[in-house]
Amino acid sequence: MFHYLALAVILFSIGLFGVLTRRNVIGILMSLELMFNAANINFVAFNKYIITDGLTGQIFAIFIIVVAAAEAVVGLAIVLLIYRNWQGIDMDHVNIMKW
Amino acid sequence: MTEYAFLIPLLPLFAFVIVVFSLRWKEKVSAWFSIAMIVISWLMSVVVLIETIGRQGAPYEAYYTFVSFTNFHLEIGILVDALTAIMLMVVTTIGACTEIYSIGYMKDDPLFSRFFAYLSLFLFSMLGLVVANNFFMIFIFWELVGLTSYLLIGFWFEKKSAADACKKAFITTRTGDLGFLVGLFMIGVYCGTFNYGGVFDSVASGMIPAGIVTAIAIFVFCGAVGKSAQFPLHVWLPDAMEGPTPVSCLIHAATMVAAGVYLVARSMNIFVASADASLVVAIIGVVTSFMAASIALVQVDIKRILAYSTVSQLGYMIMALGLYGYDTAHHHHSAGYMAGTFHLMTHAAFKGLLFLAAGSVIHAVHTNDIREMGGLSQKMKITSLTFIIASLSIAGIFPLSGFWSKDEIVATAAHHPVFLVVTLVIAFMTAFYMFRLCFLTFFGEPRDQHRFDHAHESPRVMTWPLIVLAFLSIFAGWVGIPWLHHGYTWFLYQGNPPEHTPSWVLMIIATIVGLSGIGLAYLIYYKKTISAEKIGSTFRPIYTLLFNKYYFDEIYQKLIIDPIMAFARFMWTFDARVIDGAVNGTAWATILWSDIKEWFDTWIVDGAVNGAGWLIQKWSNLLRFIQTGKVQFYALFIAILVVLFGLTKVEFASATYTWPKMTVIFLAGLLLLALVSRAITAREKAQQNNKEDNRS
Repeated sequence: MFHYLALAVILFSIGLFGVLTRRNVIGILMSLELMFNAANINFVAFNKYIITDGLTGQIFAIFIIVVAAAEAVVGLAIVLLIYRNWQGIDMDHVNIMKW
Repeated sequence: MTEYAFLIPLLPLFAFVIVVFSLRWKEKVSAWFSIAMIVISWLMSVVVLIETIGRQGAPYEAYYTFVSFTNFHLEIGILVDALTAIMLMVVTTIGACTEIYSIGYMKDDPLFSRFFAYLSLFLFSMLGLVVANNFFMIFIFWELVGLTSYLLIGFWFEKKSAADACKKAFITTRTGDLGFLVGLFMIGVYCGTFNYGGVFDSVASGMIPAGIVTAIAIFVFCGAVGKSAQFPLHVWLPDAMEGPTPVSCLIHAATMVAAGVYLVARSMNIFVASADASLVVAIIGVVTSFMAASIALVQVDIKRILAYSTVSQLGYMIMALGLYGYDTAHHHHSAGYMAGTFHLMTHAAFKGLLFLAAGSVIHAVHTNDIREMGGLSQKMKITSLTFIIASLSIAGIFPLSGFWSKDEIVATAAHHPVFLVVTLVIAFMTAFYMFRLCFLTFFGEPRDQHRFDHAHESPRVMTWPLIVLAFLSIFAGWVGIPWLHHGYTWFLYQGNPPEHTPSWVLMIIATIVGLSGIGLAYLIYYKKTISAEKIGSTFRPIYTLLFNKYYFDEIYQKLIIDPIMAFARFMWTFDARVIDGAVNGTAWATILWSDIKEWFDTWIVDGAVNGAGWLIQKWSNLLRFIQTGKVQFYALFIAILVVLFGLTKVEFASATYTWPKMTVIFLAGLLLLALVSRAITAREKAQQNNKEDNRS
């Protein structure tokens, strides 16, 4: 189980690092997907080792994949708007989320 | 009918109430209604007089006790004896004549109805005063006539002189009434009753000390001094002539001013018990009479001459009554009681006539000044004829009514040489000033052609009362002819007149004195053989003294009014300085204290509130730099927090990261972050500025 969790931590950390450091919005979205999948690995691992008889974790993982797909749609739509407004998708220039 | 005598005063009261409350806007109706009521009163008075004569003047008394203590009773009642019956006749006759006359005189006055209402109220008060059977009741009506006198003198209140005159009359008579009130208290205390009979019985019984009786008599006389305008309270009556002339006639010549004489006559039994008080009364009377007659010699206002004449004649009556009390106290015979009341009756007739005729003249020429009249007999036949009849009557010419009553007064004074001489001098002066007035007004050349041209005889409602009163001025005195066995004296003394032999000598002397007065006036003012100006300049100081009425008004002004005003002014100063000062000081202290509190509010309370706001604003200003607006920065923030929260669940070897500690760390980190962000923002701005500078 340790190896699964370690894999998930590594994957989450890579995703988090990507979200925080990437300048490209597409990159950020991709890093987000990594973090989702880290969570999915955790669900599946816990389901296998803690709730031995049942599929709760797997079902949840599938839900997350569905939600991630929907989120990607919204995210890409926002990216499209950002592109139109800033003539680019560099996140450094997007600083309107303030007072 | 005598049992219903209480209705005589109530009818005019009824007229007053009806006129005031419902007939005010119907002028003719209110006037005739008032006249109807007083005429009914007059008819009842006639019947009462006849019945009283039938009883040989025996008193009729009926009363109702309305306050009753164990040994003290207050009554409302009527007493009808000879004196009352005569006074009822006098008041109702003059009252009816005056009210009829007023229809003409007060025509076109805006307050026409009110005038009749006041006259009715006055007649109620006066008749009530006459029929009262005790001192308490007479005092109430006494004050009521004072009130109506005040209202009627000030009837033309928009004229300042009239407003001043009514105040003067009210206050001056009130001064006398204060004495009357003290007398009333003493009567109540020493006699235990106010009923006339009861008071006279206890005085006659000798239970009351002689000094107290004298004091009571003098205090009661004080009331008469005020009301009858005797020295030294005579100053109000000439000024009271500011009222309409019918008022002067009814109130200030014939009836109300005679109330003082009536009071003295009514309480004669008290004066009889005290020779000293009677002597005071007689002296006051003769001084007043002489003084007023001498002032009347030089006055030029027709009504004021008549007013001083009234004061003089009232002094005559008072003197006669005083001498009667004095002589009777010394067990001498005296005709004074009969003379005083008899003269009161005849005087009411001829003085009422004089005033109404003077009113008729004033109505025609619109002035009071006799220097602007003259020759009016050509235009005003009835007025001048009746005026001359009244003048002859007051001068005491045979056989007019004034002759008989004046003769009785002279006879009263016959036993006192000083009084006799002064009385004759007064009679001479009376004849002189009356005919001076007659000649100046009705004969000679008109001195003011314009006024003469506009003069005209008065309408019939005014001349008929004159004729009625002229008739009375001639014949009213005949009831008192000394040779008449069942005449006035018989009636007054209830069928037992004292022996009294008329003196031919005195009658002839009095007539000669009167005729010589008229003759002197004829020489000076008609024939002009003696120059009035020459006499005036020869006796300049006396003339000035008389013309200024012995300076009584000025003396009272200096001695009484000025000190009172000074005291009032001092009190005003005290008010303004001390009391107002205290009030203003309190206000000033309050304002000061409020200023202090305002300062405290502004700086301490508001300071605390604003300080709190200011602090929060500054702190917020710092924290806002955390919001950079960059999504990735927020995400980093979230990640760091998650890590920190995670740390609380982990124990390190050296320290335990509990919640409080974590909060402090979090806040410190937040502050640090804010400062860093601020620095970054500042740098970015600087860079941007640089860029823009470079571009430009």
